[in-house]
Amino acid sequence: MAKKTTGKKTATKAASPPTPAKRESPWAHRDTKTAASLQTLADAVVKSALSGREPKFDVPTRAASNTRWNKSRGILQMGPAVSSRELFNLGQARNFMQTLLHGQGIQALIAEGKTSSLRGMFYKGLHTIQGTKEKTFDDQTESDKVLEDLEVTLGALREELHVFAKKRGTMVGNITVIDSGDEINCRRMGSGGYAIPSICEPEVIQFKDVGADFILHVEKDTVWQRFNEDRFWETHNCILTEGSGQPTRGVRRMLHRLHKEHGLPVVCLLDCDPWGHYIYSVIKQGSISLAFESERLAIPEAKFLGIRAKDYEQCELSDDVQITLNDRDIARAKQIQEYPWFKDNRQWQREINKMLANGFKMEVESLITKDISYVTETYVPERLKAEDWLG
Amino acid sequence: MALKQRDISVSEFFAKNRHLLGFDNPRKALLTTIKEAVDNSLDACEEAGILPDIEVRIEELVAPPSPTKPGRYRITITDNGPGIVRKQIENIFGRLLYGSKFHRLKMSRGQQGIGISAAGMYGLMTTGKPMVIHSKPHKGKPAHHIELAMDTSKNKPEVTVDVETDEFPATSSGTGTRVAIELEGRYVRGKTSVEAYLEQTAIANPHAEIVFIPPDKAFTAEDAESAEGDQGVFGSDSTASASASPALSAERSERPAVVRTTEHADRIVYPRAVAELPPETEEIRPHPYGVELGRFLQMLKNTEEKQLTGFFKNEFCRVPPAVVAEVTKSASSKAKTLTGGTYVSTVDHAAAERLYRALQDAKLRSPPTDCLAPMGVRTMLAGMLKGVKAEFYAASTRDPAVYRGNPFQIEAAIAFGGELAGDQPARVIRFANRVPLLYQQSACSAFKSVTETAWKNYGLSQPRGSAPVGPLVVMIHMASVWVPFTSESKEAIADYDEIRKEMKLALQECGRKLGSYVRRRQRMKRESEKRDVFERYIGEIAKSCEALTGTQAAQVYDALLKQAKRRTEIADAVLDEDGKIIAFADGNGRLDDDDGVIIVDPNGGPPPPAGGDAPAKAKPSADEPTTPAKKSKRPRAAAAPKQSPAATPGKKTPGKKKSSAPTTPTEPTKQPKPRMRLGADGTLFEVA
Repeated sequence: MAKKTTGKKTATKAASPPTPAKRESPWAHRDTKTAASLQTLADAVVKSALSGREPKFDVPTRAASNTRWNKSRGILQMGPAVSSRELFNLGQARNFMQTLLHGQGIQALIAEGKTSSLRGMFYKGLHTIQGTKEKTFDDQTESDKVLEDLEVTLGALREELHVFAKKRGTMVGNITVIDSGDEINCRRMGSGGYAIPSICEPEVIQFKDVGADFILHVEKDTVWQRFNEDRFWETHNCILTEGSGQPTRGVRRMLHRLHKEHGLPVVCLLDCDPWGHYIYSVIKQGSISLAFESERLAIPEAKFLGIRAKDYEQCELSDDVQITLNDRDIARAKQIQEYPWFKDNRQWQREINKMLANGFKMEVESLITKDISYVTETYVPERLKAEDWLG
Repeated sequence: MALKQRDISVSEFFAKNRHLLGFDNPRKALLTTIKEAVDNSLDACEEAGILPDIEVRIEELVAPPSPTKPGRYRITITDNGPGIVRKQIENIFGRLLYGSKFHRLKMSRGQQGIGISAAGMYGLMTTGKPMVIHSKPHKGKPAHHIELAMDTSKNKPEVTVDVETDEFPATSSGTGTRVAIELEGRYVRGKTSVEAYLEQTAIANPHAEIVFIPPDKAFTAEDAESAEGDQGVFGSDSTASASASPALSAERSERPAVVRTTEHADRIVYPRAVAELPPETEEIRPHPYGVELGRFLQMLKNTEEKQLTGFFKNEFCRVPPAVVAEVTKSASSKAKTLTGGTYVSTVDHAAAERLYRALQDAKLRSPPTDCLAPMGVRTMLAGMLKGVKAEFYAASTRDPAVYRGNPFQIEAAIAFGGELAGDQPARVIRFANRVPLLYQQSACSAFKSVTETAWKNYGLSQPRGSAPVGPLVVMIHMASVWVPFTSESKEAIADYDEIRKEMKLALQECGRKLGSYVRRRQRMKRESEKRDVFERYIGEIAKSCEALTGTQAAQVYDALLKQAKRRTEIADAVLDEDGKIIAFADGNGRLDDDDGVIIVDPNGGPPPPAGGDAPAKAKPSADEPTTPAKKSKRPRAAAAPKQSPAATPGKKTPGKKKSSAPTTPTEPTKQPKPRMRLGADGTLFEVA
């Protein structure tokens, strides 16, 4: 499913401004396939019901146990395990019902050629079950999980289900992006930057004038603001992105496409704590719950520039920047250390051990204690030059 | 054993040591008096083959001035037994240690011949009033009216009044005995009250009808117990346990365990539940293993037999000539050769002791067990059903076993659920030869066996070393020709390993049945909840399917609903005693006695009496899906047409039948599987 041919996309070319609502879905060619797999799923349920067999379907398991570390490709992949969703199983009946309910909702979206947010889908499926006080969904989390299950079950991407997430993440730099036909010059985005959309498929986003040499991805908006204000992307000819913490699929897809299609190296500036390390891990190898998408999201060549555990001494930071590691941090750090892709990496073992030995974590902002622009003028340029990073 | 030294007057001894006999405090004295009289009445009736009708009346002559001080009461017990011939009256009622029961090995309630005369003596000592006895041994002839005092120093009765009278209530048998004793005592309610005793007596003796006329006023148990200092060692533990949790005992006393009595304005009637006397028991000769050396020497001295073969054959059981030859041979010494032909009079002390040792070492068959009359599964169930309002009843009778040469037999029954409180330790009721044991629970082998049984295996919680917690009543009965009590007041069964082992096995048999019932019941409840869940979602699924595939929602809905019902069909099931499903019917239950289990519809109550096959209306309720009462495995012609079509036996029965130990090989009644039915008045009667 993750095989993408980025070449053929002409569907959006003829977008004419006067009747934007009637614009043909950019996914038209994928819709047939999605609708057909939905139909197959429902047909099987009806057939089982009418013949007196138990209605059920298989859902690929999205769990650490079903995640394979593909060492040669450097990405996480989903294993072959599937779990059965059975109607006549007390623990699964509700989920079974919700899956079909969302299936119905997606079919309607496809028919109307519209897309919906995750939250929109939650509301679309939400109602009180007849004759009870029970709601079809308790909260959006429950609904989101069902949608993710549907993605893997149908072998369709979220975009193909006409569902998108809230956009999160910002971008600026030496590049022009064509988003749904609109040209966006990322060199002229002021202080706000270009909001990376949830769907970054070639059908929606195309690149033009990619002049940057690399991508600097920072953890959060505050750090990004510092770099943008200091025009870092201009002085160092790069693209500057941030993912507001754990980057969304949209941000990761954007990075992935820029990396793959235009050969831009990705360098990450994240906090020195287990969560920063895990963000890097997700960008690099993919995540456990979205392992089925790793091939179009993971960037095995991404680098971890900082903050490094050694920086406290190397940059002569003051005591005040130390944030003591709590028990949860320590447990998480040790867990990350045991991930197969970190376990064989001696650099990373040293890095995490050093952090644990320090007994504290540090945020990127801690560099401000040196100077407001220390991070943009000294820290990052020096490290880039020295290629002092973790891979 | 001070009681055996005849040169001290036993009466005097008793006067000083009355706590040994159960007269340690006024409350207990009153109960013991009633207990001894009722035990005697029941024994007498049964030996004469009369279904017992017993009336117990307590009159309050002087009210207790305070909860701590005793009052004065007159206790009158009237039975329809055979009566007592005139010349025996003084001996029976006026002398301690006079009785027909002490010297024999026969299963009966009384054992030592102390009881009723001790009660009379207690009354005499505390009030100075003689015992008043009416006895009518012959139908159509006047009754004797005897008043009896006692010379305690001589252990001799003194008759103060001896007249014939026509004043005797009409009894069913035309004969009877009435004993009236005035004594100092205290009448209280609670766990160790007269009522509790009579209630348990009724459970163990469903063939008896007991009428109880209580005094107008009674202090409650906790009034008394909180005020009363503990006197004497005996009885201390029951008092202690009751006062340790006064709330609990108060709760217990308020919750009527006997529900199927008929209460009139001034009396409580415990009706007869079975119209059949327990079978007559045989007296047996002692088994050598149960005889101590001293007793052996005495028997040797007292025997009328001339030679050893005859002595062993006629004074003991299970000593055939072959064993005598073996025993005499090994007991022979250089000085004296013993054979079966040796004259008893020539056996000296040393030789006798060698004989005794040899006999103890010899391999002897166990004593005969036909001397035992266990209550039987059916009677126990009838008694429990009559006395305890529960939902599940199981009973089991073990095969006879032997301790110290005495044959005994253990039976157990349990009642579970229904109206029993679920958050309290199980109530244990103990019986020895059908006599309830009310005191010294924790010293009793029966109670220990309950705490040592692993009730967790049967779905109950059980704090370490305690009785299980749950809506449970446990009944244990020991039948034996000689019940080993821990003291003369007959309150607790001594802790012999053989006895405790049998008790535990009996409890385990009941427990297994309970366990499968509980598990099945939980499963049915789960299945019913499950069906609710499925039914809830099926509507949504059908609608989604229609939208996605175009198949009619109603069609999908019906198909799925059918499947849901089929998959949770256990919820509708009807169970047998092993928790095995015997029918998938709804409603139409009936009450049966089958293999030691009765399941009562907790919602529907007992089915209507005669005419009997009217269906107990099923009232399905969310929390209790076991609505239909138990169905028997045996098809019953009249019931068959009422069974719903779903009740075909071809349905699969999930869960294998649990192996349950076979019950009651020695059930006294020879009728194969009698059927019982609960009448409207609460009595059980048999269905032809």
